[in-house]
Amino acid sequence: MFVELGHFALILALFVAIVMAVLPTVGAARGNLRWMAVARPAGRMLFALVALSFAALTWAFATNDFSLVYVANNSNSDLPLQYRITAVWGAHEGSMLLWMMVFSAWTLAVTIFSKQLPEAFVARVLGVMGMISTGFLLFILLTSNPFIRQFPVPANGADLNPLLQDPGMISHPPMLYMGYVGFSVAFGFAIAALLGGRLDVVWARWSRPWTIAAWSFLTIGITLGSYWSYYELGWGGWWFWDPVENASFMPWLVGTALIHSLSATEKRGVFKNWTVLLSICAFALSLLGTFLVRSGVLTSVHAFANDPARGVFILIFLGVVIGGSLMLYAWRAPGLAPSNRYDLVSRETFLLINSVLLTVAMTAVLLGTVYPLVVEALGMDKLSVGPPYFNAVFIPLMVPVALAVGIGALCRWRSDDWRRLWRQLRFAFIGSIVLGVALVAMLAHSDYFMTALGVSLAIWIVSGTVVAVRERLRHRGGLWRGLKSLPSGFLGMSLAHIGFAVTIVGVTITSQFSVEQHKRMGPGESTTFAGYTFHMDRLHDITGPNYTGTEAVVSVTDKDGDAVTTLRTQKRKYNVRDTTTTEAGIHAGVFRDLYASLGAPLGNGDWSIRLYYRPFVRWIWFGALFMMLGGIMAARDKRYRVRARETAAMEEGQTGQAARP
Amino acid sequence: MTRYLIPLFVFAGLVALFLVGLQHDPSIVPSPLINKPLPTFTLPTVRPPGKEVKSSDLHGEVTLLNVFASWCVSCRYEHPVLMDMAKRKEVRIVGFDYKDTLADAKRWLEERGDPYAMVLFDENGKVGIDLGVYGVPETYILDRNGVIRYKYIGPITRKVLDETIRPIVKRLQGNES
Repeated sequence: MFVELGHFALILALFVAIVMAVLPTVGAARGNLRWMAVARPAGRMLFALVALSFAALTWAFATNDFSLVYVANNSNSDLPLQYRITAVWGAHEGSMLLWMMVFSAWTLAVTIFSKQLPEAFVARVLGVMGMISTGFLLFILLTSNPFIRQFPVPANGADLNPLLQDPGMISHPPMLYMGYVGFSVAFGFAIAALLGGRLDVVWARWSRPWTIAAWSFLTIGITLGSYWSYYELGWGGWWFWDPVENASFMPWLVGTALIHSLSATEKRGVFKNWTVLLSICAFALSLLGTFLVRSGVLTSVHAFANDPARGVFILIFLGVVIGGSLMLYAWRAPGLAPSNRYDLVSRETFLLINSVLLTVAMTAVLLGTVYPLVVEALGMDKLSVGPPYFNAVFIPLMVPVALAVGIGALCRWRSDDWRRLWRQLRFAFIGSIVLGVALVAMLAHSDYFMTALGVSLAIWIVSGTVVAVRERLRHRGGLWRGLKSLPSGFLGMSLAHIGFAVTIVGVTITSQFSVEQHKRMGPGESTTFAGYTFHMDRLHDITGPNYTGTEAVVSVTDKDGDAVTTLRTQKRKYNVRDTTTTEAGIHAGVFRDLYASLGAPLGNGDWSIRLYYRPFVRWIWFGALFMMLGGIMAARDKRYRVRARETAAMEEGQTGQAARP
Repeated sequence: MTRYLIPLFVFAGLVALFLVGLQHDPSIVPSPLINKPLPTFTLPTVRPPGKEVKSSDLHGEVTLLNVFASWCVSCRYEHPVLMDMAKRKEVRIVGFDYKDTLADAKRWLEERGDPYAMVLFDENGKVGIDLGVYGVPETYILDRNGVIRYKYIGPITRKVLDETIRPIVKRLQGNES
C-alpha cells in the first residue's frame, strides 16, 4: 500500500513541477507578484512528494517486496539490510529516482537560502528547476518507472550486482549526483539572468557559492568512485578512463573552468558570455552523465536499440533543454553590457587560459568517449580508445594549467607587470625545478623525466600559492591572526590549489614507480620485491551471508625481516548471480600501499595472486579531499552573502520604481 | 548576432549526428559468409594453452564462435550472458580473441571467468579478415558441418539470446538429432 502511495506521490510531484515551471516564470515576465510567490511553496512541496516516493521505494527494498519488478531484479532476501537500502540506486530506474530526490533537495535549498535575492529572480530560477523536474519526472514515469508491479510474484530476487555490494557504493552515487545536480542550480541562475536580461556582476556573485558547492560534491563523488574501483575491482588501478568515469569527469573539468570564470565575471565583469556558456555546458554534461552512466548507452549504442523509448526521450529532453537555452543565449547575449578591459598580463588572462585549457581537455575526453560510439553509429567499425589516447592528450594539457595556477593566484586583476611577477616568483620557479629534479634523482634511477616534471609542477604550485598567501599577509600582523583575517574564499582557493599539487604528486609517482607481481603461489611460498617479502601463510574457505569464497592470508615483512602487516584477500562467489568478486587486501600508508588480490585457483592448492607496491597512491585522494575542503571553505565565504544582501536591497528599489509609472 | 548562434549550431550538429546514428541499427549487416563453410585457418590457442586449432576442428557440434577482445568495452557486458549459457551447457561456445595480447586475454578470462570450450588467438587479426569480422563483439553460429548459419554483431544481451540466438541454436541442434 505504501508503495502505491509513493507511486502516487511521484505522479503528483509531476503536476507540482508543471505548476512550478509555468506560474512563477510567467509571473516574473508579467511582474505578477502573486504568481511569483507560488515558486517557493511549490519547490518545498516537490521535495516532500519526491521524498515520500523515495521512502516508499526504500521501504519496498527493506521489506523484500518482490512484487515490484525493480526490487526483484536488484535485491534478494539474503542481501544484508544496508545493501538492500543502497540497492535502491543499484540500477537505472532507482538511480533516476535518486537523481530526482537530490534535485528536489537542491530545489528545497534554493527556496530556503534565497531570501536576499529579488523575487523575480528566485521565481525564474525555480521556474527553470520546475521545467527540469517536469522532464525528469516524465522520463521516470513513462520509461523508467521503478514502481511497476508484476504477477505472479517471484519467490526471491535476482540479487544486487555483487560489485555494488560495498560500502563505497553507499556514498558514491549520492555524492556524484549532488554534484551533477548542483550544476543545475548554476544553470538555473544563468537562465534566470538571461531571461531577466541582467547578466551582470550580481548574477555571478549569487551563482558562485552554489557552483562551488556543487563542484565540491562532484569532486568527492569522483574521488570515492576512484577509490572504490581501486579496492573493489582488484586491479590496483585508480582510474581507467572508462566511459562511465569520463562521464563524471567531464562535468568536473567544465565545472572547474566555470568556477574560475565566474570569479572573473564577479570581480571584474569580464567573460560573461563564456561563463554563461560554461554554465550551460556543465549542466548539459551532467545530464549526459546521469543518463549514460546507468543506461549502458556509453558502452554501446546497442543499448539505445534495446530500449528505443529511453534513448529517444533522452535526446529530445537534451535537445529541448540545451537547445532552448542556447537559443535564449543567442537572443539575449548581443544585448549584454560590454566587458571591462584588461591587459595581457593580468589575472583575467590566466583565468581565461585555465578555463580554455580545461574546456579543451574536456573536449578531448568527450571525443575519446563519444568517438567510438559515433563511428559505431555510422556503421563503419567498432573501436575502443584506451588509456594511451587519454594520457597522450590529457597530460600535456595539464602542464600549462599547472603553470598558470602558480602565477594566477598572485597576479593582479586588470593589469600586472611581468617584472613584478618574476621578482616575486623567481625563487619559487627555479627552486621547484631544482628540487623536483633533485628529489626524483634521489629516488629513481632511470626514465624519470615525467616524474621530475610532475614533482616540479607540484612544488611550483605549492610555492606559488605560498608566495600569494604571504603577499596577502604582509600587512596583517602575525601569521595566525593574518590567516584568520583572510577571506575564506581566498583560503579555500589556496587549499584547493595545494590539493591539486598533492594529486599531481600522487598520480606521477604512482604511475612511474609502482611495482607489481603476478605469481602462482601456494601456502608456504614467498616472493620478494620492492623491499618487501610477501609470504603466503594459508588459504581457507569463507562463508558470508550471500556468498562463499576463499581467503588468502599473506604476511609481509620488510628488508630486516620485521613484520609489516598481514594482508587478507578474498575471492567471493555470490550465490544468486553466480558471479565472483575480488576483495583486495590493502595495507595503507602515507607513502605507499601494499596490495594483494587473489586470482584464480590453479590446482594443487596453488592460486594465482597479484601483489602490488603502490607508492604515494593515497596522495591522489588526499589531494582531491583538499580540493573539496577548499571548495566548501570558499562556498562559505561571507562576502557573497553580505554583498548579496546589499545588492538585493538595491534591486528591490529599482524594480519598485520600474513598476510604479 | 550570428556569432552568438554558433554554440546553437554546434549543438544542433551533434544532435543531428546522434539522430543519424539512431536511425541506423548497427546489428543488421548482411554477411556474405552466411550459409558458407567457415574459412580454413590454423590458429594458436589461449586456452588450453599452446595448442594449434584448425578450422575443421570446430566441426561435429553446433557451435557459437564468439569474437571478443580484452580491450572491448561492450564485451564486458556480454560476458555474464556467455557465462550463463556455458553454465547451462546449451551449446559449445568457442572464443575468438581478436587483436589482443596473450597476457591481457588470460587476465580477462581469469578475472571474469571462462565460458569457452577453447579460445582461439588471432593476434594480428588476419583470420578475422577472412572471417569478415566487422567489429567486436560478434558471434557466429556454426552448424555441425562447420557452415556459418547466422552472424550477430554487437553484444549478446539476454533478450538477444532468448529471441534470436537460442531459437536458431535449438533448430540446428534439432535438425541433427
